[in-house]
Amino acid sequence: MAKDTKFKKKQATTKQEIPTASLPDIIFMLLIFFMLTTVLREFDVQVEYTLPEAYMIERIENKRLISYIWVGRDGRVQIDDNIINIDDIRSIMYQKRVEIPNLIVSMRIDRHSEMGIVTDIQQQLREADALRINYSSLHRL
Amino acid sequence: MLKRKKKEGATIPLAGMADIAFLLLIFFLLVTTIDVDTGIGLVLPPPVEDAEEIEVEEENIANILVNAAGEVLLDGDIISVPQISGTIADKIRENPELIVSVKTDRRTPYNVYIDTIDQLKMAYNELREAYARQNFGVRLDDVTQEQMQQIRREIPQRISLAEPE
Repeated sequence: MAKDTKFKKKQATTKQEIPTASLPDIIFMLLIFFMLTTVLREFDVQVEYTLPEAYMIERIENKRLISYIWVGRDGRVQIDDNIINIDDIRSIMYQKRVEIPNLIVSMRIDRHSEMGIVTDIQQQLREADALRINYSSLHRL
Repeated sequence: MLKRKKKEGATIPLAGMADIAFLLLIFFLLVTTIDVDTGIGLVLPPPVEDAEEIEVEEENIANILVNAAGEVLLDGDIISVPQISGTIADKIRENPELIVSVKTDRRTPYNVYIDTIDQLKMAYNELREAYARQNFGVRLDDVTQEQMQQIRREIPQRISLAEPE
């Protein structure tokens, strides 16, 4: 009898709830992490494309240096949010290079494109002196 | 009446704080793009006007031509794409001065071009891996910054994109 009551008492004093007082702190930490990693500038891609695949791909570390050029399946070229003429690439890229001297141009080109359009773009980039390029491609398994 | 007023606490309720934080968290989770940019990096040659013509001896060049049908020709002989890396790596071992020149047709499919560049990158990677193992005894992924610089100096990637016609 005495043993029983003693046992019961012990069980009654232990709290069963998980303390939730620090929950907001944890959430805030996660929040701050995501706020810092987010790059808000996103583009509205108007062209349809499928990237090629390759083995020896590398990761571009600094996302803020990148400027994208999209080339769609139908051969349309997009920079930022506009469809543009290939002849305009030079002036656009020149301006971007003035803002970011070590610009990396990431080319997101549809895998079924022809090299003609790619060389045209590359010629424009060379004239704009934007020489660091990256052929965006997915990892082949 | 006075008594009742006194009883009301002046604290701000903190229970809703977690909910607000959760809402913000969900917003940022949705906005964040997790996809990393991956691709094959390359440096284009400067524009023709200010690049001086450099004479390169014929034996120091490996010519790769990717034609309109997506066939790859290495020095005039047809070669299958997966064979390129091994062949080029052998050629560079024989002649470390070798420059690989890649030429394409206007109607060459882009994915064959990417595959070719990928193969060349693979060849250089193979050589660099071997160099790292031989000289530093570690894998290429594990070398230090200075060692990587030395490797880059010793085995530079000499890929030349030929001037289109």
